[in-house]
Amino acid sequence: MLKILHQIGEYSIFISKVFRRPEKWKVFWELYIQELWKLGIGSIGIIVIISGFMGMVITIQTASQIDSGWIPAYLVGFTTRQSMILEFSPTMLALILSGKIGSNIASELGTMRVTEQIDALEIMGINSANYLVLPKITALMCIMPFLVILSMFIGIFFGYMICATVDIITPSDYITGIQYDFRPFDIVYALIKSLIFAFLITSISSYYGYYASGSALEVGKSSTKAVVYSSITVLVFNYIITQMLLV
Amino acid sequence: MIEIKGINKSFGDNHVLRDIDVTFESGVANLLIGASGSGKTTLCKCTVGLHTPDSGTISYDGRIFNHMSRSEKKEVRREIGFLFQGSALFDYMTVEENILFPIKMFSNLTRKEGLERVNFCLDRVDLNGSNKLMPSELSGGMKKRVGIARAISAKPKYLFCDEPNSGLDPQTSILIDNLIKEITHEYNMTTVVITHDMNSVLEIGEHTSFIYKGNMLWDGTNKDIMDAETTELTDFVYASSFMKELKRRNG
Repeated sequence: MLKILHQIGEYSIFISKVFRRPEKWKVFWELYIQELWKLGIGSIGIIVIISGFMGMVITIQTASQIDSGWIPAYLVGFTTRQSMILEFSPTMLALILSGKIGSNIASELGTMRVTEQIDALEIMGINSANYLVLPKITALMCIMPFLVILSMFIGIFFGYMICATVDIITPSDYITGIQYDFRPFDIVYALIKSLIFAFLITSISSYYGYYASGSALEVGKSSTKAVVYSSITVLVFNYIITQMLLV
Repeated sequence: MIEIKGINKSFGDNHVLRDIDVTFESGVANLLIGASGSGKTTLCKCTVGLHTPDSGTISYDGRIFNHMSRSEKKEVRREIGFLFQGSALFDYMTVEENILFPIKMFSNLTRKEGLERVNFCLDRVDLNGSNKLMPSELSGGMKKRVGIARAISAKPKYLFCDEPNSGLDPQTSILIDNLIKEITHEYNMTTVVITHDMNSVLEIGEHTSFIYKGNMLWDGTNKDIMDAETTELTDFVYASSFMKELKRRNG
């Protein structure tokens, strides 16, 4: 218990060091653009693949469950849309990114720590946490909503492609379904989640990387911790946000 | 000049530094020697503010560093160049970007002026034309020289070198030692070199301090060290067979 409290305290101090005015805005923007590219654009491939397959699988599974003539076929499109918007695109994507981005950030910062590169920044009089971590947090928070929207679009589009190519339901039923009872707030809810998850993934992974110590073995351990704890936190906050916004 | 008075530092029950008093003069290479684990690096890290001492004062030209506010410390740190044992070059930057980094962060030079300064520093450490190399493409000696170039790029008043010769062959070690000594004289910097290499002591140790189990036991020049009578120091100096043989021959 004491250890958890210590970690929460250390994490809070770390965050307070991160959210300070950058030493030089020009340098910050350069790093921000680099991180946007690395964390955001670099993740588009995996997002397209996973979202596309998930959209197709959800469509096929839902269609295969609806045997009864009492249930309208357009519900397949409706279910695919709701699954993608409410849960898959914001939450599952965050879990996938906490694996990809989380381990990347933790190992990058951990290596910088054990090779004294972070000490070098501190000796130069640079707030290393702010210099290294703020561009990562802000970049992912800015790009994550776009990634989530892209994921929603890809998933729903690939669901349509399955309907158009495989004889499960007609494409027009699918189109009717994805338009049925649409609530714009669901998109807002998903985007709010994506912003919070982006913050959690980058800050928790950075925290574990930044405070890594010792050898390469420790960097590996901190990378694993970063993925595990950011994933758990994403799930916990998913529940809290859902309870707050949808109930 | 850096003055250290009554510094104590403990990590839990381990009392690493005990009432350390030492003065590092400007314009000379000040060497801090001692066996592994004697507290040299801890003293150095306390001096630059990476560790907070439990008691005592550290002053940079009369400015008491460990009583300063965060922003005042920042200003002093910008006058410090540091060469790390493992060079600590930013591995995602080229040699040029590494050396340009402190200039970009702390000066108002244009990019063109900054690059001129980078080329001057590279020329100074005899690494012309290696601007676009990545740290992974450099040898150990080249990394140290790039580290020195980065440390002096922002024209520091104080230069700290943590074991600059570790992992280098004797010839490259002498090259690095001489480079540090030349730069110190040229820019009249206060240079502190942590080492346990006796060759370095004899080559450049204009002012040498010996630390033993966290206590400062001896202070003098490389000329005095051979005649020192402190038992712990003579054990350290004459630890190698070569030095023992040298002592035997010289009576």
